[in-house]
Amino acid sequence: MKVFTDLLRALRRGREREDKLKMSIGRIFLAFGFLMSLIAVPLFARGSRENSDRVEELLGAGATFPYPLYSKMFSEYGKLKGVRINYQAIGSGGGIRQLLSKTVDFGGTDAFMDDKDLAKAKASTNNEILHIPICLGAVVITYNLALNSLNNGLKGKHLRLTPDVIGDIFLGKIKRWNDLRISKLNPGIKFPEIDITVVHRSDGSGTTFVFSDYLSKVNPEWKERIGSGKLLDWPVGIGGKGNPGVAGLVKQIKGSIGYVELVYAVQNKMPYAAIKNSNGNFIIPSLSTVSLAADIDIPEDTRISITNTRAGRGYPISSFTWIIFYKEQHYGGRSLKRAQELLSLLWWMIHDGQKYTGALEYAKLPDTAVRKAETIINSVVYDGKPIRFNR
Amino acid sequence: MKLHTFREVVVRKGIGNKWRVVRDRCFKYLLFILSFLGISPLVLIIGYIVVKGLSSMSLRFLFSLPVPVGEKGGGIANAIVGTGILVFVASFFSVPLGVLGGIYLNEYGGYSNRKRWLTYCTRLSVEMLQGIPSIVIGIVVWMWVVLGMGHFSALAGGIALGIMMLPTVVKSTEETLRLVPPSIREGALALGVPYYRVVLRVLIPASKSGILTGILLGIARIAGETAPLLFTAFGNPYFSTDITEPINSLPLLIFNYATSPYEEWHRIAWGASLVLIGFVFLLSLSARFFVSRGTIKKLSVNKSGNSKV
Amino acid sequence: MSGKWKHEMKMKNNGKTNNSTKLKGWIFRVGLITSGCVIVLLLGGMFLSLLGEAFPAIKHNGFNFVTSTVWNPRSESYGAFSFIVGTILTSFIALVLSVPFALAISILLCEYLPEYQNGKIIGVFLRNATDLLAGVPSVIYGFWGLFFISPIVRYFEELLDLPAYGVSILAASIVLAIMILPYSASIGREVIAMVPEELKEAAYALGTTKYETIRRVTLRHSASGIVAGVILALGRAIGETMAVTMLIGNSNILPVNIFRLIFSPGNTMASVIANEFAEATGKLYLSSLIEIGVVLFVLSFVLNVIGKQVIRRFAL
Repeated sequence: MKVFTDLLRALRRGREREDKLKMSIGRIFLAFGFLMSLIAVPLFARGSRENSDRVEELLGAGATFPYPLYSKMFSEYGKLKGVRINYQAIGSGGGIRQLLSKTVDFGGTDAFMDDKDLAKAKASTNNEILHIPICLGAVVITYNLALNSLNNGLKGKHLRLTPDVIGDIFLGKIKRWNDLRISKLNPGIKFPEIDITVVHRSDGSGTTFVFSDYLSKVNPEWKERIGSGKLLDWPVGIGGKGNPGVAGLVKQIKGSIGYVELVYAVQNKMPYAAIKNSNGNFIIPSLSTVSLAADIDIPEDTRISITNTRAGRGYPISSFTWIIFYKEQHYGGRSLKRAQELLSLLWWMIHDGQKYTGALEYAKLPDTAVRKAETIINSVVYDGKPIRFNR
Repeated sequence: MKLHTFREVVVRKGIGNKWRVVRDRCFKYLLFILSFLGISPLVLIIGYIVVKGLSSMSLRFLFSLPVPVGEKGGGIANAIVGTGILVFVASFFSVPLGVLGGIYLNEYGGYSNRKRWLTYCTRLSVEMLQGIPSIVIGIVVWMWVVLGMGHFSALAGGIALGIMMLPTVVKSTEETLRLVPPSIREGALALGVPYYRVVLRVLIPASKSGILTGILLGIARIAGETAPLLFTAFGNPYFSTDITEPINSLPLLIFNYATSPYEEWHRIAWGASLVLIGFVFLLSLSARFFVSRGTIKKLSVNKSGNSKV
Repeated sequence: MSGKWKHEMKMKNNGKTNNSTKLKGWIFRVGLITSGCVIVLLLGGMFLSLLGEAFPAIKHNGFNFVTSTVWNPRSESYGAFSFIVGTILTSFIALVLSVPFALAISILLCEYLPEYQNGKIIGVFLRNATDLLAGVPSVIYGFWGLFFISPIVRYFEELLDLPAYGVSILAASIVLAIMILPYSASIGREVIAMVPEELKEAAYALGTTKYETIRRVTLRHSASGIVAGVILALGRAIGETMAVTMLIGNSNILPVNIFRLIFSPGNTMASVIANEFAEATGKLYLSSLIEIGVVLFVLSFVLNVIGKQVIRRFAL
């Protein structure tokens, strides 16, 4: 102990000694840094990682919406099979981009790639991109009308809205809550005489895409003026960043209305509207009505928008979320083993993995979709030959 | 002896005009008020983070890996380690380059050197680097490093963060070097010390405090940045210390969890925020303590008339 | 100069100039110049990369890019005017709001509560608190702003009979001001502390009050350092993404009245890039986003050059 304090005292007092000590420390640091860079070089030179035989980790990137579900699924899968999967929610566009750059094994997207983009991808990569749906989500309309909560009769009930009213609100044509068209749909509710504040998304998002896709189908003026897309030129309103941004703004601003994913509204205990679907029924969004919306004929490549679904009791603003990957798995030095791991993972996700959806407020795939996805997975090839993998 | 009343001050100090004293006093009070106001948001923010984050703090929190929603016992261990590694890599790139750059700007930045245009460009480059949005730096590093290497890595993330840290280090080095009294430099040169030793052994130690401030400021900023890491370090739910692999970091985790719908994850995000500012605070405190020994603080005269350094 | 130096070295070292010393000296000088070059090349490289990626958009959008307020990826018409206005406004308001406070803190810390006067708890607290502000992640600033600042702004909007959103250019500027405080405060503090005591003592000997000394001696001497800190802070304000994007309201419609403009939601270039880059698909869309980055580069360049001219006039 005394030696220690002596040393400290010597360090403090003797500038010369301190200097020498510092010099040697400095030299040690320099040497250390040099060594580190020496180590870094061979690590750098390890080259393409896909060449390694042992596959420990798969990389995926994309949509933020299914991120909680995927993280649960991948964690369980890891415990089961020992394969580690790293999925990062950088956005659907980011997922597509990383897949095209071949920096990930698969991508996740809320909006499927359209024919034009697929053709471009095929031309540039000489490889086909396949989509399989994993689960379903829904976009709900949430609002803040807690002003006169005592007497306006809204407590415990869902606001009823029709497509044309929704469209007109978000177009800015219906400006106040006590508009006749809204009160006609909701008899017995006293609406306050305040302006409607529209809250939309400021960032590009699959949620916006689904919402606008629905509105384009049911509201001709919307289709012409605004159209559908992940980022729109909104005529009115303010933007919140991400689902929590919109939810936060709606909660704070009196008389606001916005759109968020179902899971957000439920987790944050926000009210949401019942919407009239194509069959004339007012549907309250829930896991079951969302799954029902997908219970229709879907095309072989599963790229379909199920908004404004024909299903009688289905919620009209629902959608799939997809995972995308290449059909020909032998690219960029990928090993057969890696392709097999990927296919096993995908197979598991659409079968056993589905049991994790309900607890996290995601809707599971209907059987029709699962069958189609199975066919697609079976069609993946390596060097042109079908791949055998553990199912 | 303290001078209390205005009259005493005016008479004893020989000031002669009491308004000067008034202005002096007002100035002092103004400074205190402004400083107090300026720092109060910090108290609010830190208070907010502490209140919300304390509930999730525990040893398990600090040492275990993140788990999916609904499972118990999630932690942020890999994010803490990841942030540490990223900061180290970033400093590795930016501190030598930054300090050298600051020295360069100070030594060659005068009015009489033919290297002046390069100095002007360097200074301008440094200031412009500070103004580039973090996401744009991330995009550029993605193009250069990630696509170049073919995969995401902590190295790419560290490079992006290092670029962001550079301006702060350069600027503070330059400014503190500039203010080292010329007598020190001239004294060393007069003693025959070679030029490079004058800079490295005399000037730099004299401005240690300022340089360190710049480094710490830079680290503080990059430790909390998310955007440049999205496309470079990418993120990783598992533990990793390999710099050629994707890596998790605290701000990334905070961003992902805070923007999720789950109350549980929000709590973890606040706990992680608390850890992050705690990390920055500890780093700052300890570095200051170790460096303040031997710094030339002021050339001044103490009570007995001896020169005090 | 080097010839004269060599002569002096010979005189000092009994006519010997140590070869290894000369070599080390040469390495040092070359190293310095190299570092300057590296920094310039780094910036130049970044600019060129961005320009290259933005080229398709530049060709397509033309000059309209900086004059139109319509940003519509669907119809492929990209106009960044509202973002430019938003960036300039938020940065300047933030700077104006934060510099007085930062300066006050720096002066207070150095003149009234200096380090070597032990026992001044306030000083220690203030010093560490300023540095701590820099360490708060920008995402947290965003959330905090949403819960604290936005309601305050909303309250004032209601008072002034404006649409009470809360999120607005003003809200973003306030939070930005808090975020950039450490930059000017810390660097300011360091340079003010290094003003030689002799200068100040001389002033006191002439009978000045503390205020007068600070104003005429200390601040004059450390002016360039303080301004450097301010420019650094400005740079930070221009490039801040996360916090701004949560508080700015993200609307492209700009009211003409400047008063209303401050209280209305807006958009900044950095937040648009951050918001849209992850989800952007399509070569032209991505290109246009990067074109915003290029415009930001140019804006930063212009502001910095103007700033330096102002300093030159002011300091000399």
